[in-house]
Amino acid sequence: MNALAFAATSDALKEYLAEQEQKPLLRFITCGSVDDGKSTLIGRLLYDTKLIFDDQLEALERDSVRHGNAGDAIDFSLLLDGLEAEREQGITIDVAYRYFATSERRFIVADTPGHEEYTRNMATGASTADLAILLVDSRQGILQQTRRHAYIASLLGIRHIVLAVNKIDLVNYDETVFETIANDFRFFTLDFGFQTITAIPISARYGDNVTTASQNMPWYQGPSLLGHLETVPIADADLNRPFRLPVQLVIRPHLDFRGFAGQIAAGRVSVGDRIAVTKSGHTSTVRSIVTADGNLTSAAQGQAVTLVLDDEVDVSRGDLLAAAEDRPQLADQFMAHLVWFSSEPMMPGRSYVLRTEVDSVPATITALKYQVDINNFSHEASKSLHMNEIGVCNIATQSPIAFDSYKDNRTTGNFVLIDRFTNATVGAGMIDHPLRRATNIQWQALDINKEARAALKHQKPAVLWLTGYSGAGKSTIANTLEKLLHAQGKHTYVLDGDNVRHGLNRDLGFTAEDRVENIRRMAEVAKLMTQAGLIVIVSAISPFRSERLMARDLFDEGDFIEIFVDTPLSECTKRDPKGLYKKAMAGELQNFTGISSPYEEPENAEIHLRTVNHSPDELALRIAQYLAER
Amino acid sequence: MSLAHLQRLEAEAIHIFREVAATASKPVMLYSIGKDSSVLLHLARKAFFPAKLPFPLLHVDTTWKFREMIDFRDRTAKELELDLIVHINPDGVEKNIGPISHGSSFHTHMMKTVALRQALDKYGFDAAFGGARRDEEKSRAKERIFSFRNAQHSWDPKNQRPEMWKTYNTRVAPGESMRVFPLSNWTELDIWQYILKEEIPIVPLYFAATRPVIQRDGMLIMRDDERMPLADGESVEERLVRFRTLGCYPLTGAIESDAATVPDIVREMLTARTSERQGRLIDKDEAGSMEKKKREGYF
Repeated sequence: MNALAFAATSDALKEYLAEQEQKPLLRFITCGSVDDGKSTLIGRLLYDTKLIFDDQLEALERDSVRHGNAGDAIDFSLLLDGLEAEREQGITIDVAYRYFATSERRFIVADTPGHEEYTRNMATGASTADLAILLVDSRQGILQQTRRHAYIASLLGIRHIVLAVNKIDLVNYDETVFETIANDFRFFTLDFGFQTITAIPISARYGDNVTTASQNMPWYQGPSLLGHLETVPIADADLNRPFRLPVQLVIRPHLDFRGFAGQIAAGRVSVGDRIAVTKSGHTSTVRSIVTADGNLTSAAQGQAVTLVLDDEVDVSRGDLLAAAEDRPQLADQFMAHLVWFSSEPMMPGRSYVLRTEVDSVPATITALKYQVDINNFSHEASKSLHMNEIGVCNIATQSPIAFDSYKDNRTTGNFVLIDRFTNATVGAGMIDHPLRRATNIQWQALDINKEARAALKHQKPAVLWLTGYSGAGKSTIANTLEKLLHAQGKHTYVLDGDNVRHGLNRDLGFTAEDRVENIRRMAEVAKLMTQAGLIVIVSAISPFRSERLMARDLFDEGDFIEIFVDTPLSECTKRDPKGLYKKAMAGELQNFTGISSPYEEPENAEIHLRTVNHSPDELALRIAQYLAER
Repeated sequence: MSLAHLQRLEAEAIHIFREVAATASKPVMLYSIGKDSSVLLHLARKAFFPAKLPFPLLHVDTTWKFREMIDFRDRTAKELELDLIVHINPDGVEKNIGPISHGSSFHTHMMKTVALRQALDKYGFDAAFGGARRDEEKSRAKERIFSFRNAQHSWDPKNQRPEMWKTYNTRVAPGESMRVFPLSNWTELDIWQYILKEEIPIVPLYFAATRPVIQRDGMLIMRDDERMPLADGESVEERLVRFRTLGCYPLTGAIESDAATVPDIVREMLTARTSERQGRLIDKDEAGSMEKKKREGYF
């Protein structure tokens, strides 16, 4: 690098580096179907821009002989496929990130997998990208994965697409093939909101049109891939949007300092600006913008800062500081696009943890409005989303969250859903808008409350939630318990799973989705009854931990008492009071808990009743004692 | 005007530090004394300014580090008033395990991988910051910023959590933990430029000086103390060398260089034709060895 002559002195070096630092950054991904040449393309790009170190090249040459799929030539994909399983199978499983710079720009490229199974990893790469290079094999044309990746790229807010029509050498550099694929692509992505779609015929293996114009395609007059990446205009739109600071943590080293730390998600802020605390609606003024390098007079999108405000307002992690005159949404119900990642299907009604950048709150999908068919992008009715499926749904959170719509802000409009038991990230969402019902229906404040009603009855309301297999003895215990409590002068009610299915839940069957909804309704009714001051005894199989947890979350601390009616399955099938097990085992009943549908035992039930060798009277008495000691 | 390159990397790292401090119940920062650790520490202090670091530092000492590294560590801890924990695998000490007597692979496994697991379990840390970068090695390039480890500290590369935007899933069950890499998106050159810009102190071994070295397995090894015997035909030479990475001295190759200041090093980096891992013996033991170590609980 002879440019180094410049840096003979430290000052000259610093000047050169400062200049280099100002180069704009472009984050892009390569995506498309498996074997379309994504990893090979990036390898080629790094190789042709001389960004591979000598020892890495030596290792690559060694590897190409051992694992390579390029005959005697270098297999560039091995530069990227860094996991053993990837090299063995010759596929990409997870995203690889590479960093390089040319004289014009800096680049972060994420090489994403093509297999449908690893769509979550493609989405991971796409979520932070400005541009996507979508590869298509000239011989294959547009495939289902091409459509899926184009759609996900559009959903995640990528606005610039390069359609790289690869392996053009294998179709004799045929212009018609290229044009047909490019036109097909433009046609099906008409509504995807892409600002630019640039189609380039390439051969990743031989380097045609990758960094320099190819001699083999005189008919192509456009830029090379690298030439395009260096010049495509990338607007920093977030800078001009209203100010947003998601609060990560409150920094409080001593009594005289209370600062709100976070990375500015949009816009700019200056000392003296009026800002709003979204959750409380209070406003205040920015007193100082603190960083370790000294206080700033103003700061902008992307900077990590700590704000000190003029007033003692209540702000904690999860809140959003915002421009007072242009505030974000605050709602507990909203509509969102959802990409599902988990092999466990998404269940409307089930409780998940919803995580925004800084907030975390229990949430349920209240309605799956439709699922998107990846082949023709039509809307289809569906009861749940399976792995890699995309849908639009209504979501309710337990308490309101602060957000913008995703199209206005990719940072404050996104969330992920997390399984409450495995802690796996099961889905990712992009918020469309709040639901009117959330913003317009206020809680009606009532003067007589739960405590007042309960006081009149001289009791403390509670829900006693009996869970266990069919035939475990739940209803018998519930009945005995109610008689006992009634005799003690308590005001009670038994909500029996079977009985509720004759009325309120008449429309529900026994699929996993319907079971979730069944429990949600029973829990909501039980909640109304405890509000009325009653002691509610619920008797329901309620086989899933998630739903029992969701039910628990509805109640005040200590009011929900989970009781595991523990009768071994072998004993239940022997008792079989309603003859249901016999039918289920004969295959006449679908989705029967214990036979063809799982039962997840409680892990931390308040009361664990082992029924074998104990009478219902004895067991009911134990519950009554627990209640009395509470 | 958007942020300059190093500013952007700095802000990203600060954001990551704060996410962990706000959500983990017992975080710790792995401190290996090298240039990346120096940068990591510098960023951590910025992230919580004007408050102090809300977590301790942990150094897993293999007992074979360069003496200058240990001096630097103790000086840094004292000057910055850091809460520094040093852990040495007691089983390894008892069995007198070393890279020369037991080989680099076994030594690294016992004194680094196992020792790290011991320390994390002993103190019950549920999140540990590390200075790893994705440009270091191919399997690192595949790793998330928040890298989930099961109760056995093992990494499952085929089943990583999706990591969307910078909305991190920081939830772990008791016994499980996260390794968190705030420098994931930095390159070696970024590290040096940042050290230059911020004037961050580093171990003097990075600067060229005349040092006693021997040639072994195609590498220049500095004989830092008497524990390293000379093989037949080997002799100690005084050469002008420096180190691009630091680790256990018998496993770390020096490079011939006259770069004696940070600007010299940046200049050298701008023309470098080999990667920094070239000077590391432990990565060459077997193909895919980094991924294997990580699955076993290595950082």
